[in-house]
Amino acid sequence: MTSETREIIHDQHAHPTNRFYIVIGGILILLTVLEILGYVGETRGVFSQGTAALVIGVLSAAKFFAVVAYYMHLKFDSRIFTGIFLFPAMLGTLVIVGLYMAQQILPRWGASLGF
Amino acid sequence: MSTANAAVHAAHPGHLDTSTGLDSRKMAFWTFIGSECLLFGSLIATYLANKGKSTVGPYPHEMVVDGKHVEGILNIPLTSFSTFILLMSSVAMVLALNYTQRGIRSKATLWLFLTAFGGSIFLGCQVYEFTHFWHEGLTLQTNLFGSTFYLLTGFHGAHVTVGVIYLLTLTTLSARGRIGPEKALNVEIAGLYWHFVDVIWIVIFPLVYLIK
Repeated sequence: MTSETREIIHDQHAHPTNRFYIVIGGILILLTVLEILGYVGETRGVFSQGTAALVIGVLSAAKFFAVVAYYMHLKFDSRIFTGIFLFPAMLGTLVIVGLYMAQQILPRWGASLGF
Repeated sequence: MSTANAAVHAAHPGHLDTSTGLDSRKMAFWTFIGSECLLFGSLIATYLANKGKSTVGPYPHEMVVDGKHVEGILNIPLTSFSTFILLMSSVAMVLALNYTQRGIRSKATLWLFLTAFGGSIFLGCQVYEFTHFWHEGLTLQTNLFGSTFYLLTGFHGAHVTVGVIYLLTLTTLSARGRIGPEKALNVEIAGLYWHFVDVIWIVIFPLVYLIK
């Protein structure tokens, strides 16, 4: 077996199967159902607003990473692509958190402290 | 290059004669996706920074205003359905890529079409939602919620529209036999775009619709 043939066979095996992708799809649907249940639970007073937000946020993050890792193939691809994606994604997250803190959280803290 | 080799290079372009050893088109597309992260990051930040600051209705969720109970305008069942459709279209997209890489043209074409079809249903739901909101009196100028909501979801919808056109073009090419395993990277890049659009919705859906 030449190294080229080994490479081809290796790459053929490296591809996830359709079944694997469908299982990931099922997990995504399940997580979405749980998110919606979190919303319904909060609306009916089962969870507090903060608890529901935390649960929904964690489930959403899990879905995000599942799609990026498996459907966008970052788990199987070069680490360079991961870096190219994650750096601006983290920067975007920082902008979201920073602006949210500045406009929503800090004014409330300031008001509660009498400023 | 043999067909088998071409398929391998298309699927895993990790042995190319470029400065990084990676396919330049894929590198460029990931860079584009990175820049899109910043765009949507700023739009989401704008929405969240102004959340709950509308002084007049309609409001996104039910709330009490001046002692009166006011219904929220967001339609959670409809959006949950469209979210489900968008997630399923992502599954269809990976299957389309898998069949393209394996050279099964008929199935690749079918799944590409189903991906575009799923995107079209999502867009239909969004058009219905926007029209309904418009009739309820929520426009871009009504309040802070209207401005930031239409801006964020409208930009996402525009991306989905581009994706649907992109996918329908690939479906036509695939049906005509012009996308084989040696050109699977074209489908992979379209897939990256489509999954990114899905990922953005995965963030928007809970932040705008589910978390009050």
